[in-house]
Amino acid sequence: MASSSKKAGEKPTAAAKNAPASQPRRIVVDPVTRIEGHLRIEAETDAQGVITRASSSGTMVRGIELILKGRDPRDAWAFTQRFCGVCTVVHSIASIRAVEYALGYVIPENAQYIRNLMIAAQYVHDHVMHFYHLHALDWVDVVSALKADPAATSKLQVSLSPWPNNSPAYFGAVQQKLKGFVESGQLGIFANGYWGHPEYKLPPEVNLLAIAHYLEALAWQRDVVKIHAIFGGKNPHPNFVVGGVPCAISASSHATAVNGENLRLIGEVIDKMRQFVDQVYLPDTLAIAGFYKDWATRGEGVGNFLSYGEFPTGVGAAERATLQFPAGVIINRDLSKIQPVDFEDPTEIQEFVAHSWYSYSAGKQVGLHPYDGETKLEYTGPKPPYEQLDVDQSYSWIKSPRWKGLPVEVGPLARVLILYASGDVRTRGLVDHSLGRLGLPISALFSTLGRIAARTIETKLIADMMPGMYDALMANIARGDLRTFDDVLFDPTTWPKKARGVGMMEAPRGALAHWLTIEEGRIGNYQAVVPSTWNAGPHDAAGREGPYEAALRGHKLQDSSRPLEILRTIHSFDPCLACAVHVVDPNGEELVRVRVL
Amino acid sequence: MEARNNHPTLLDHLRRQGVSRRDFLNWCAYTASILALPPSASQAIAQALATKPRPSVIWLSVQECTGCSESILRSFEPTLESLMFDQFSLDYHHVLQAAAGNAAEQARDRAIEQNFGKYVLVVDGGIPLDRDGYYSTTGGKSGRDLVCEAAKGAALIIAVGTCATYGGIPAASPNPTGAGGVHDALRELIDNKDVAAPIINVPGCPPVPEVMTGVVVYFLTYGKPPDLDNLGRPIPFFGRTVHDDCPRLPFFNQGLFAKSFDDEGAQKGYCLKDLGCKGPTTFNACTTVKWNQKTSFPMFSGHGCLGCAQPKFWDREGGFYGKLF
Repeated sequence: MASSSKKAGEKPTAAAKNAPASQPRRIVVDPVTRIEGHLRIEAETDAQGVITRASSSGTMVRGIELILKGRDPRDAWAFTQRFCGVCTVVHSIASIRAVEYALGYVIPENAQYIRNLMIAAQYVHDHVMHFYHLHALDWVDVVSALKADPAATSKLQVSLSPWPNNSPAYFGAVQQKLKGFVESGQLGIFANGYWGHPEYKLPPEVNLLAIAHYLEALAWQRDVVKIHAIFGGKNPHPNFVVGGVPCAISASSHATAVNGENLRLIGEVIDKMRQFVDQVYLPDTLAIAGFYKDWATRGEGVGNFLSYGEFPTGVGAAERATLQFPAGVIINRDLSKIQPVDFEDPTEIQEFVAHSWYSYSAGKQVGLHPYDGETKLEYTGPKPPYEQLDVDQSYSWIKSPRWKGLPVEVGPLARVLILYASGDVRTRGLVDHSLGRLGLPISALFSTLGRIAARTIETKLIADMMPGMYDALMANIARGDLRTFDDVLFDPTTWPKKARGVGMMEAPRGALAHWLTIEEGRIGNYQAVVPSTWNAGPHDAAGREGPYEAALRGHKLQDSSRPLEILRTIHSFDPCLACAVHVVDPNGEELVRVRVL
Repeated sequence: MEARNNHPTLLDHLRRQGVSRRDFLNWCAYTASILALPPSASQAIAQALATKPRPSVIWLSVQECTGCSESILRSFEPTLESLMFDQFSLDYHHVLQAAAGNAAEQARDRAIEQNFGKYVLVVDGGIPLDRDGYYSTTGGKSGRDLVCEAAKGAALIIAVGTCATYGGIPAASPNPTGAGGVHDALRELIDNKDVAAPIINVPGCPPVPEVMTGVVVYFLTYGKPPDLDNLGRPIPFFGRTVHDDCPRLPFFNQGLFAKSFDDEGAQKGYCLKDLGCKGPTTFNACTTVKWNQKTSFPMFSGHGCLGCAQPKFWDREGGFYGKLF
């Protein structure tokens, strides 16, 4: 593995101390747009414009876990689903798995297949939209596309893939549309972008190609979510149920949405998804990455990676044993060793609040396992409106989760590394092929560009798994097995007086788990530790940075008034802030004084 | 509304982009139909949109989950991209816009200044009314201040989603952050006549996308909101319950109810009342406009209605699986 200047466990503040004596400059990016939620980045730079210290702050809190206390655990999926309307499936799945785990509730096979199809559709949808609609404009200069020769773009498209929208006339029409838009003087969502920034390196032809696909992906995504609509009734926020899935199968009539016609439609949508990934997303990623190879040595983060695993083919006891994406931890970029994760061990997964706007009864220095999760809102930041946060004190509504005391990165890069380290043949083939095409070593994965490549690679892995998931469901239906739900434990009077459980899943943005306790049929405590909490959390009690913060340190900004470099690396993580900030003390009701206006 | 800043009118703009007049008229006719307007209204929509410049839309998100923005991205007739590239100018939307940080804030401030009195303000998410606003800030400013500031110059305010309309999930008991809806946040300004714009409530968690886009188009055409009910909702979309138009209604009338999510009744499409459906008390367009290009809606896919367009639906006694009656 490539050597690195930043080792796991290194105290990041050392870098700040080494900064030149001259007053460091503070760069603030708030709002970080093209993400879900409210994220603020404050970065200190030295005289050369190099970031010496970065601070990541979540600036919005709702307190959904406090709202959950005392409610029916079967309702929790709908509440937690509203953590986030982008990754709309994942918190429901984590929640129903937690309740099922607590009760020893085994779901029918068909329910597992349907959940897998919904999770997989979420991944492919999310990753493609992230690439084109949330991340592309950091690399693609919209204004430059006006200068492109549509014939050259056409030639490029033909060389990349058999995607049918490839004629000079097609790209000419896209360019004309863009031109009309720019000439109207009303730039709308493109207003005030950092267009013309020297860090934009794509030729006009590639910019035009990417803008065409930005628009195509907007239309494509509407079809992908039909899978959620058929099984869950709508997207965003499809419906789920503890004990299975709520959609009864009407194989021989049109009585419900899961009928013969719509099952065929799902097959067609899967084909359409795979075609877009193979012919547009994957080739675009490689084509664009080729112009930004300098980003294969920047933005590497903390060097530790965690995945909980996903896509179980079995049910009950077989669930965790049949994960198609493995669980595990990689420490300090050592791909020779995957360590196991224990969700119940109180010393493994802990959350810290040393620099978060919460307090713990045992003081701000300790870490707590989610079963014992304790959080009290304690805002100590400046009164809005404010210019700057005091980053030596508490500065975020996000906590700092740690695995055995270490910060870890979660998400596509973590999953691909763990698949790669576990010897997964398809992953190895795709990674080696992609890096080979770019002429980059395996160490290039530990970077901003590596994170982007890993997201694309896993999208292809998952899209290619979907026909197998679909066939398994269809084979069961053909055999006459229409079971989608088991009502044996649905009635809370059948439950033990006390129970507790954890629901693990891999969300598109990374490792996600919900822990809950059930008392007399009601929620006692509910704690969620989510992907963007792992990645976006602030410094911990030991002074270790969170992954965003570590990844930004060392970035040189060409123009501090237009900090495009910060956006590139932060967006490469695909932040989802409403998820990250949701925690409130289940016992803290009396702390909150609501002033009624 | 007169053409300003020498911006071309919508029809000029569409022509420049190669959209035919016929496509444009078809789109107007569809929009009129989902708004329950007479066929003649499509002419009025065409007339109005063809002669006006693209109006500015400023979208502010406070305690949001982004589900409302994701929902409007699913709008099929009209598509969001046709709206934001052809019909209006989406000048601030923190999920979609290219600019970040100061540049984003400047884009918003400039849109407010240049279009003062004329822009449409859309808000999603609850708004913390308490504690100096530090439960939700953007650019160091509280969500409440941002909404109040932008509301003063708006020609129309649309609260989208059950959070922005009635407080929604952050306001669910015990409402830890003191959240409320747009009306709550603006109450003082409305009382002092500092905000004159009508406020349309478009509830739903999230709202049906074509309901959101339909309301905008209605306003662009007639310069006023559609008729609103006593909860501020546009009557064309919220005048009937989802039960009234549910395909399972004949089974309800026959007393045939599914007792489990995959029993024979469930597979035959029996009524979901006994599994907790809140359809009979929920006013929304799910069963008429439907979801995701008319692919389905919650009851068609076997789960009861959660009642998500109703105020306080999170706190309803009995939860999501308790029977209404």
